[in-house]
Amino acid sequence: MTTFDPPAQPAPPALPRLPKPYEPAVVAPGHTQATVTDQVNKVVFGKTPLWWLAALGISFAITMGFLFAVIWLFAKGVGIWGINIPVGWGFAIVNFVWWIGIGHAGTLISAILLLFRQEWRTSINRFAEAMTLFAVACAGLFPILHLGRPWLFYWLLPYPNTMSLWPQFRSPLIWDVFAVSTYGTVSLLFWYVGLVPDLASIRDRAKATWTRRLAGVFSLGWRGSAKHWHNYEMLYLLLAGLATPLVLSVHTVVSFDFAISIIPGWHTTIFPPYFVAGAIYSGFAMVITLMVPLRWLFGLKDLVTERHLNAMAKVMLATGLIVAYGYLIEIFVAWYSGVDFEQFLLVNRFTGPYRFQYAMLWVCNILVPQVLWIRRFRVQPLLVWLVSMFINVGMWLERYVIVVVSLHRDFLPSSWGMFEGTFWDWAIYIGTIGFFLSLIFLFVRFLPMISGFEMRHLVDHGHHTTETEKA
Amino acid sequence: MSAHSPYREGTYGILAEFETAKALVSAARQARLAGYTRLDAYTPYPVEELSEALGLRRSWVPLIVLVGGILGGLGGFMLQYWSQVLHYPMNVGGRPYNSWPAFIVPTFECTILLAAISGVVGMILLNRLPQPYHPVFNWDRFLRASRDRFFLAIEADDPKFDREATASFLRSLEPAGVREVEH
Repeated sequence: MTTFDPPAQPAPPALPRLPKPYEPAVVAPGHTQATVTDQVNKVVFGKTPLWWLAALGISFAITMGFLFAVIWLFAKGVGIWGINIPVGWGFAIVNFVWWIGIGHAGTLISAILLLFRQEWRTSINRFAEAMTLFAVACAGLFPILHLGRPWLFYWLLPYPNTMSLWPQFRSPLIWDVFAVSTYGTVSLLFWYVGLVPDLASIRDRAKATWTRRLAGVFSLGWRGSAKHWHNYEMLYLLLAGLATPLVLSVHTVVSFDFAISIIPGWHTTIFPPYFVAGAIYSGFAMVITLMVPLRWLFGLKDLVTERHLNAMAKVMLATGLIVAYGYLIEIFVAWYSGVDFEQFLLVNRFTGPYRFQYAMLWVCNILVPQVLWIRRFRVQPLLVWLVSMFINVGMWLERYVIVVVSLHRDFLPSSWGMFEGTFWDWAIYIGTIGFFLSLIFLFVRFLPMISGFEMRHLVDHGHHTTETEKA
Repeated sequence: MSAHSPYREGTYGILAEFETAKALVSAARQARLAGYTRLDAYTPYPVEELSEALGLRRSWVPLIVLVGGILGGLGGFMLQYWSQVLHYPMNVGGRPYNSWPAFIVPTFECTILLAAISGVVGMILLNRLPQPYHPVFNWDRFLRASRDRFFLAIEADDPKFDREATASFLRSLEPAGVREVEH
């Protein structure tokens, strides 16, 4: 038997490489390790800008107003809020869920994007982590303020006591205590571990004695030894691995506060994934809300580039679509369940007294962000910033609709009611925004808001467009 | 002798300064080939190749995190089991005392919490931090180790250490500078 050899074919000519679509670099061209380090430290060593004093002054004044409102709350009790029977969960829970949602972006950017090797995360992860910490701090205040007897908040923790009582571990509200406090602690550790080498860099550059001493104490004497980095890198990776399921669990547990109950509109299995997506959505929106003005004010456009805006806008678009899917499934399941109360809730959302809030929720969260499909808009700082503001408002309205609309008309029409936020509701809500912004302004002035050692790493590996590549 | 020598006197070792990570890694390799064992390198960011070039052993951190996580998980579950089943059993709507599915969330959170805390504490202690004083800082150029320079140290307690020979060996690696530092 003869074998048939096909005639040798000439190798096809190599296809010319198609030019990549223009992608802005993670770091602007021409940067070296020295220049990134100096750029990162510049804000800390620079003179205090006037706008910063003004911004901190205003935020701090709002914080003082917040403290006043809290003292009034402690003196008079939660009756100064608009809560009532049936709407026992008002602004406090809306704000709690809103803040904790915002607090999701930091760990997501630091941990999950680290595991996915998304190098653009490097110039925003420190800032997003700080934002997470401050948002979780604001979130944690609300359940405590909501307690009625907030000075007994430690009853939520399991500790041996003379009454021999334990917390009710079968309750989602106790799960919340564990989830939020663990999340806060692990986020703090992650943030601090990341800061240690950068504080060492501040210590080594500082001219003022007190800066050097403080940075020296908090950098623990870090000297960049290879043996130290060896353990450090391993820990950083493991913390990212631990924080990834944690960040997904936090809003899941928050959603259990609702989903484990039997209130129409709450008792639904879509809640955990839809809450997590919403949390990431609002967290990225808040990062953009803060980062766009800050990179302009501090002149950090070289390190936080259009590439970052583009990537963050894409994440917002994707998570926004998951949220939209959640809204649609809520409607479908209400109809498909055949349960009268669920179906009534649906009608009540569209046509009831809170229909305006529900409509605005669709506009802010679903309709407006669709402009992010267009690339040209995603790299427009002002436009992305405006969209992020819509999302901030929309996500607050989402929680308002979930908490208030479900509670105000449940099973018995004789026990229906209405809810409206009072002056003190708004004072405490706006007060936490002032508190949050004060912490942000203090952070960006006194600590390196961009991770210096990770930027040096990035520059060394040449992951940025150099002048020659561009040519 | 330096004015800041709280612990010991004499030579700590010899430092060589390099301008790139690549130069440092190859210098570290050559120093190991030359038989030096008490080596350390200082870099402004983690350089992965150095762990191999210096022959560092696997980090203990993963084991510490694993043990912390297991203890946290067991502890979290046992806390709930003991308090709800043994110490103060309370019948809530006929639910079983050991309602283990409801105990999963705090168990999970305790696992993560203890794993993370033990990892961070473990890393800090393994690195013998906090350490307010270290001899390498006696060279003023060392401050650039946290910016853009790379240093290799051959320590004086290396059996092969010899002030003259080691210094000239380091000079042969074409560093940007060589300096003996005191304790």
